[in-house]
Formats: sequence, structure tokens, C-alpha cells
Amino acid sequence: MTAPPILELAMLELVGLRKAYGSLEVLRGIDLRVHPGEMVCVVGPSGSGKSSMLRCCNRLEESTGGQVVVDGVDITKPGVDINTVRQRIGMVFQQFNLYPHLTALGNVTLALRKVQNKPGPEAEKLGLAALERVGLADKAHAHPAQLSGGQQQRVAIARAIVLEPKLMLFDEPTSALDPETVGEVLKVMRELRESGMTMLVVTHEMGFARAAADRVIFMDAGAIVEEGPPAEVFGAPKHDRTRAFLARYTGGH
Amino acid sequence: MDGPPMDGFGRLADTFFNAEVAARYWPDILAGVWITIGLGIAVSIAGLAFGVALAILRAMQRPWLALPIIAFADIMRALPPLVIIIVFFFAFPLIGISMSAFMSTWLALTLVLAAYAEESVWGGILSLPRGQSEAARSTGLTWGQTMSAVVLPQAFRVALPPLTNRVIAVSKNVALGSVVALSEVLNNAQSATSTAGNPTPLTMAAAAYLAIFIPAMLFARRLETRMQWRV
Repeated sequence: MTAPPILELAMLELVGLRKAYGSLEVLRGIDLRVHPGEMVCVVGPSGSGKSSMLRCCNRLEESTGGQVVVDGVDITKPGVDINTVRQRIGMVFQQFNLYPHLTALGNVTLALRKVQNKPGPEAEKLGLAALERVGLADKAHAHPAQLSGGQQQRVAIARAIVLEPKLMLFDEPTSALDPETVGEVLKVMRELRESGMTMLVVTHEMGFARAAADRVIFMDAGAIVEEGPPAEVFGAPKHDRTRAFLARYTGGH
Repeated sequence: MDGPPMDGFGRLADTFFNAEVAARYWPDILAGVWITIGLGIAVSIAGLAFGVALAILRAMQRPWLALPIIAFADIMRALPPLVIIIVFFFAFPLIGISMSAFMSTWLALTLVLAAYAEESVWGGILSLPRGQSEAARSTGLTWGQTMSAVVLPQAFRVALPPLTNRVIAVSKNVALGSVVALSEVLNNAQSATSTAGNPTPLTMAAAAYLAIFIPAMLFARRLETRMQWRV
């Protein structure tokens, strides 16, 4: 993919993003732009700060420096209504985090009903449509415990996309899945990408990142070490640390 | 008592199951039953509401809120409820706060139940993975909406068995009100026993407790199984 023109407004822009717990720096000044419709995959060893960076993008974690600009709005500024901002930023978690006391449809419609005050029938219609998109309309009335891991994660994706976010954050969405259900979740993510969604994906699925990402970021020790098209980062990594990391991954497979 | 000499069972029946005494005193016992039921319900509602409110305040994670709540819960659980009732009824009037027997028993037991309920609900809140509230917040729900729609419904399910046990245990303590002359079942039975010179009213009180609390326990059990089912 050719680089988008420099003047195009990024959907997500991190400017000198820092995060520290006391004296422990987990993010040491991250600069990153994700353009509309782009899917960026973030790879790197555990503890490299990938998840912290992602969680700063909707302020589930508060950054200690720098800016997070979503669709032109710096969401780290005081006075920002974070609950409004979060409706435009979907998030999918490693552990799915479905609400076990609600059905799949209940999970998907909760924010529609509580946050957007949509009347019941309208929320259900939208919720069913979102479940349809992830191929689970027939499981609308199942509780999470009755679903496989892959199905739960697809419901979690439906719960996020039903709010029609402009940006989706994925935090290792397939790491907690049985190998045989990883594929169905990646397929849904690919379809989402094709529909034009802007996506930032922290993942250990190198095959997926290589095949589906527009751009790959390699992070280590709280900083971006290398970034570029997947063919470059995976095929001809410039940095030793990237090479060492990839060797461990591809060597293991 | 006149009549032919009685065997052991006859004496037992005459002493503890005396129909004549029962007929004479059952209105007193019944009056006590209504007090016990009324107070038990009043304590359960107020104690649960206050306890849940404390657990929610504690979940806000402000030390200046959490520390007094922890202190309250620990003190109220450590003190014998009897002592608290006595303090409210006999000691508070000395500082100008007078309470009826009903009021002091209600207040004491409400505070005790609130302390236990707070601990149970707080335990339920703590048992939830952090991801639950993070997922809710990530979709734009406020802290309060997350609490009411996601956290509390799950916390209640975890807290329900200890809660129902405690509601029953604390409601039973309405009998402690007898020390401040509250006309609940046990107190009325004791007075009737002294007046009649026969302990049949105590038997009736025991029967009344079974009649009140066994249905309460069955209801609690049904509630627990119903809640478990919906996982």
C-alpha cells in the first residue's frame, strides 16, 4: 500500500506518548499515525508496552505525557467527555470480557440502551445486525458460557462495532483462543478491515499481521523500534532486535 | 392439677404442650409474631440497602470513604448485637437521644446486617475480573452505569448465599429485643410462661420461629438456585 498523503488527517495520532508507573517507564515517547481505513498491527515481546499503548488510546490507562489524538480531538485534554469519545473507539480484549449475566444480544445492546438511550426494539434490531456481521445471529439468546472462545470473541467484536466506532483497538484478540477457533476471529477481523474500518491490532499472530496488515509496528522496551509494510518488517527487518524477535517466532513454528 | 397420676409423656405433654395454656396465651404469641416479622422485614430491607450502599461507596476507591466503612464493618461485626441494642436503649438517652425498644432493636440489627452485607457485596465486587468494568467503560458506560448494569448484578450472584444466611441470622436476633422489653415473640412467651407457671408459651414461640424462618430459608434457597442457573 502506498503511504497516504501527509496532509490527510490521521484517525489516530500518538504524539510523544509516555506512560510511567513511578520510575518504571513503560512507554518512552511513542509517535504513531493510523490513517482512516488502515490496519496497523503491533508486534513485539511481552512487556514491550504494546498493550499499554493500546489502552492509552481510549484512556483505560492514563498516559503520563504526550497526546492521543482521535479523529482530530486530543482526548488527553482536561474537559474531554471520555464517555462520548469511547463510543467512537471500539475495543476488543484478550479475555473477551463478555458480561456473563447477559445473553449475546444483551451484551451487544447494553451500551446502545444505557449510553445512547435507544429504545429496546431499535437496540435489538441494531444488535442483531451486528451479530449477523460476525456470523452469530443464531446465538443471540445464548449466554457467553454456552459459546466457544471464538464465538465469545466474535460477540465481543459485535459489541464494539454496534456503536459504529471510527477506530477499533484489538488487544491480543486471539491469544486466549484454542488454535481451531483463531481462524474464525481473524476472518471477522479481515472482513472488518475490508469494510473500511480503521484498526490498531496488538497481536502475536505473525501470519495474520503479515498477510492482512497495511503496516506493522515492532515495539520493544516501550519504544517503536521499526515500522513499515509487513513485507519489509517481516521479510527484511532492519534492526537486530526485530530480527531476534522474529527468529524466535518463526523458529518456533 | 387434679386427675389421675400421669406417666412421663403425659407430664411432658401437660408441661410443654398444654392446650389450655396455649388457648389462653396464643393472642399474645401472635401479637409477638407480627412484631418479629415486621421488625425482621424492616431490618432486612434497611440493612441490605445500607450495606449495598456502603459497598458501592467503598468501590469508589477513595481512602477517606473506604477507611471509615471498613472500620464500621469491622466494629459492627465484632460487637455482640446485644451490646449494641443495650447501648442504643440505655446509654443513648443519657446523651439526649431516646429510642423506643422497637427503634433501638431495629437500628442495632440494621447496622449489624449492613456491616455483613457490605462485606459480602464488596467480596462479590472484588471477585469480578477487572476486564468486566473495563469492557463496559470502553463502550462509553459511566462508572455508575457500569456499576449498576455490569458489576452489581454479578456481585450479587456471588454474594447471595452469604447474604441470605446473614439476613436470616440477623432477623432471628430480633429476639434480643426482649432485653429492652420489646414485645416480640420470645419476650411475650417468657412473660406468658411466668404468668401461667407453665412453659407451653415457649413451645409456641419455638413453633412460631419455625413457621417464620423455614419459609424464609426455603425462599432463600430457591433464590440461590435460580440465580446460579442463569450463569
